[in-house]
Amino acid sequence: MKKIFEEPLYPYARSPDQDCVHTIRHPVVVIGAGPIGLAAAIDLAQQDVPVVVLDENDKVSFGSRAICFAKRPLEILDRLGCGQPMVEKGVEWETGKVFFDERQVYEFNLLPEEGHERPAFINLQQYYFEQYLVERVRELEAEGKPIEIRGGNKLLRVEEKGDHVALLVDTPEGEYDLRADWLIACDGAGSPTRAMLGLDFVGRVFEDNFLIADVVMEADFPTERWFWFDPPFNRGQSALLHKQPDGVWRIDLQLGWDIDKDEEKKPENVIPRLRAMLGDEVKFELEWVSIYTFQCRRMERFRHGRVIFAGDSAHQVSPFGARGANSGLQDTDNLAWKLKLVMDGLAPERLLDSYDVERIQGADENILNSSRSTDFITPKSEMSRILRDAVLDLSEHHPFARPLVNSGRLSVPCIHDGSPLNTEDALPGGPARSRPGAPCPDAPLAESFLLRRLGDGFTLLTFNCDAPDVLQEDGITLRRLALSTRDDPTGALAERYLGEARSAVYLIRPDQHVAARFESYDEVRLRAALRRSCGKEIPA
Amino acid sequence: MSPLILTPNIAGADDFYAELLAVHDGLSKSESDAFNARLLLILANHVGDRGTLAAALEAARDTGAG
Ligand SMILES: Cc1cc2nc3c(=O)[nH]c(=O)nc-3n(C[C@H](O)[C@H](O)[C@H](O)COP(=O)(O)OP(=O)(O)OC[C@H]3O[C@@H](n4cnc5c(N)ncnc54)[C@H](O)[C@@H]3O)c2cc1C
Repeated sequence: MKKIFEEPLYPYARSPDQDCVHTIRHPVVVIGAGPIGLAAAIDLAQQDVPVVVLDENDKVSFGSRAICFAKRPLEILDRLGCGQPMVEKGVEWETGKVFFDERQVYEFNLLPEEGHERPAFINLQQYYFEQYLVERVRELEAEGKPIEIRGGNKLLRVEEKGDHVALLVDTPEGEYDLRADWLIACDGAGSPTRAMLGLDFVGRVFEDNFLIADVVMEADFPTERWFWFDPPFNRGQSALLHKQPDGVWRIDLQLGWDIDKDEEKKPENVIPRLRAMLGDEVKFELEWVSIYTFQCRRMERFRHGRVIFAGDSAHQVSPFGARGANSGLQDTDNLAWKLKLVMDGLAPERLLDSYDVERIQGADENILNSSRSTDFITPKSEMSRILRDAVLDLSEHHPFARPLVNSGRLSVPCIHDGSPLNTEDALPGGPARSRPGAPCPDAPLAESFLLRRLGDGFTLLTFNCDAPDVLQEDGITLRRLALSTRDDPTGALAERYLGEARSAVYLIRPDQHVAARFESYDEVRLRAALRRSCGKEIPA
Repeated sequence: MSPLILTPNIAGADDFYAELLAVHDGLSKSESDAFNARLLLILANHVGDRGTLAAALEAARDTGAG
């Protein structure tokens, strides 16, 4: 049987654009049909923005890549119509074990908070994730939504022209020109778009190599995350074992800096290492073996006129903490509604600058977290190793030291404190977790979950409080979702949205982030908050 | 924040100091380094307060010969 990553999912086909005498202009072109490019395209097409995705390739991603997907990205995928297959296929895990030298020093349970539709985390091969996105694209096409993927279309040249972007594309049948009102560059960490525009990508390389292997094994290891510091089978280094669906296991072995990559990758060198780790009895087969050096870097700005970068093209992190694809999905979640409003003439172009502000904040948070994990795993000096080992020794006996052990921190979405789109918090006693800038926490309703009820538009969420069902402000429609204590079977809604307050009115953006909140409905203040959340002037 | 105490605060200071030296007796340099690191982390956790810890980091940094 052919594996999904061997199957051409969007093979090259000639487009009528290639035969036109005049250069065709599209509203949005996305470069790259990786997970982030596909998510951007789905988000826009769902909202009827015509979008063309170009990829030089025609298959899902190759090699060992993302496996951990966190709750917030799963919620975003629910909005995009492909959260369910992810969760059905993915492996859920809650228990982690940490080993130091020859012994287990402790075990932890993620103890996810109750009352969320989606789990804290799932493990799933990136190729399945991309497959579900492609299937969703096909579904949208069948519904007549304006979305198209062109495989075998390689971007050769790009120029930002002020009022449009000019592209030159290569195909198996020769080159053709295209124009785009807007270009979203999701062409990965090595982004050709970025290079062609001569833009920077600065940061830090971690002087270390990791052997990343995906192995298929018949083993009854439990569904847990095991992390080793300085184990007997990989002295002085670290190791990770993590389960994926279909009996595939992800193994990361730290190798150090001065190694011969080609030698280390040879099966005759990899297999004995894995045997030492897994034990002689375990039968396994190698699916992938690669050697990676990790980096943390980002562009100085993600928006350059009509060219907007998202995903790995804009920022790159080391995989500890699983923040690459997870944060890329938050980029497109943040971008799609803003771009739509600007394209429809319902918001000024400067709304797009808030994408830069908010997602650079997100990228910096991710870079900080993944750099700290990498520094713990790969101590940079003798003293940092001494302190690290002291933490591990103490963690075996004393709970206080366990939070200091850092083999990757759970990817959580960032709260856009200080975003220009926020209106100052006006809900005295309201919970901090749902303050302006925060993504809405999910909560069970009587028959569904809260986030399912929010949709793609602006929502006026009211608790125990009267307000109009629909409000129009300068072309933007705000729909009310009225909830009361009766809709709160577990009390989670009150805990997550009311806190000490008795009633509340929340203005929620299309990406499910809170823009403003008040104790009661006040039309003037609400209209001002809505204008602000779209980057509009507020009349005096 | 509880202010960092930089005036004498240990009753029987000579005894404590002797105990501190005694635990290092017979340890190699690397064992002693590891011991110091564990001790430091235990004490830091006991203090807990980030402001006090920051003041302690600063006091230690500002008084070294280096
Ligand atoms: C070992 C490893 C483990 C990881 N683990 C995790 C994890 O657990 N969780 C997580 O969230 N992330 C993880 N990541 C990161 C994750 O894989 C990336 O963040 C993610 O793939 C980025 O998606 P993207 O769409 O931005 O870019 P890519 O997936 O790199 O896609 C870029 C696309 O652009 C196309 N392209 C490039 N140049 C051109 C051109 N000139 N013309 C047309 N098309 C072009 C390519 O063909 C490709 O399809 C991991 C990465 C690695 C390497």
